[in-house]
Amino acid sequence: MNKEERNKKYLAYVSSKSPKTREWPTLFYAFVIGGLICCFGQLVNDTLQMWFPAMTETELGAWTLIVIIFITCVLTGIGVFDDIARFAGAGTIIPITGFANSICSSAIEFRREGIIFGMCAKMFTVAGPVIVCAVVSSTLVGIVYLLI
Amino acid sequence: MKSNRLGNSTIVFKNKPRIESYYSMVGQKEAKGPFKKYFDYILNDDLCGKKSFELAEREILERTIIGAIDKGHVDFNEIDFIIGGDLLNQIISSSFSARHFEKPFIGLYGACSTMSESLAIGAALIDGGYANKTICATVSHFSTAERQYRTPLELGNQRPPVSQWTVTGAGATILSNSAKGNYVSMATFGKVTDYGVTDANNMGAAMAPAASETLVEHFLDTKRRPEDYDLIVTGDLGKLGSEIFRDLMEHRGYKLGGNYSDCGQMIFSRDQRTFQGGSGAGCSASILNSYILKQMDAGKFNRVLFMATGALLSTLSTQQGETIPCIAHAVVIEREQEKSTEKVNNTQKKPKIKRSSN
Repeated sequence: MNKEERNKKYLAYVSSKSPKTREWPTLFYAFVIGGLICCFGQLVNDTLQMWFPAMTETELGAWTLIVIIFITCVLTGIGVFDDIARFAGAGTIIPITGFANSICSSAIEFRREGIIFGMCAKMFTVAGPVIVCAVVSSTLVGIVYLLI
Repeated sequence: MKSNRLGNSTIVFKNKPRIESYYSMVGQKEAKGPFKKYFDYILNDDLCGKKSFELAEREILERTIIGAIDKGHVDFNEIDFIIGGDLLNQIISSSFSARHFEKPFIGLYGACSTMSESLAIGAALIDGGYANKTICATVSHFSTAERQYRTPLELGNQRPPVSQWTVTGAGATILSNSAKGNYVSMATFGKVTDYGVTDANNMGAAMAPAASETLVEHFLDTKRRPEDYDLIVTGDLGKLGSEIFRDLMEHRGYKLGGNYSDCGQMIFSRDQRTFQGGSGAGCSASILNSYILKQMDAGKFNRVLFMATGALLSTLSTQQGETIPCIAHAVVIEREQEKSTEKVNNTQKKPKIKRSSN
């Protein structure tokens, strides 16, 4: 048996033997905790609206995001966020909490290598692709918008 | 020249390099596992009061080496070589620690297989008359390994079910040419083996073929069988990896019985949420230098085959989509049979191997 064939056989055997992520519990926790985060966002939004009736819809949205990002960063800093995220999975990754956590955790992690080349440079190691994706897609949409 | 070689890969130590002292140190999480009472020292703080985890890892290694020297009442001036390694890039933990000891230093990188590699080389130096005493030591730290190989510690991601948990811990063994004590009788050096696994989370599956290659080679070289050992222990294949390893060995005609176990599978208990168990250079080192050698001293095991396994990947090779080459080195440790107790030990019932059931 040549090596390629042997490896192919072995990999098939490994994937049949390896435990898979349990889909239903994972989906359930992601749905519930992700939903709770969204509800909390709505709560913040409504409370702000109650306190500052003069705010426009866009301003409210921005302030809601700021509050949630702030809370996420504090929770990341005190080491609680990753414990929640272990259960929530995509429930905490998909909302803005995931983005805030990825930047905050990288900033904490690389602080020891200095402020400029450590923290500032490596802050975006995890979130970088998201930012690139956002910039590229918004540029494309902008071009399309210009043409039509 | 060839008289000390058996077959292709095995070397025999005729002058019996002895284990003069050994010492292990682990973190809090490891101490919550089933082997707490066997470890020599348990850290309260995995930062060791230092500013970074890298500094802490060095501190753990230094303290472990000093611990082994103190425990065995070894004269530091008699130490000829320090042999060791760790998982960090450029093995900084070992080499930076070695500058404090001012002794000839042999830095090794065999990933998680470094403990058995260092024992094999240390024993060869003593057997050849090149050294009187050598220190063999390795270390790993969860937090440094995690940031080097994976993601930031506080990042909220989920670990896949095939993953393992890097052990925070270290082990040191002092080998010497003295006349008494348990000794290293053989070593089988492994070949780099690659069965095409690319998933860096599934280390057990990547390393199991390397372990089976080395063990089969060892059996062919020595004409021994699995039954000839009281304990065959692999480094950090984890639960999945050791099941695969058993299958691979059976496929090659060697059925491993209850005398086989894996340090990675042993070190954590099921409720510790480590999925497949422990990994890292400190995993096999801390279990060898606590449970295994203590049980040998107590007469529970007479002949142990210790085979640490290592995945020789880097973050670059993983990102470039390369497969994971792995290696395993085996050393045979035998108990000095005292004439008066020999018969008693041979009639004792088979030793039970402690194993967590995760």
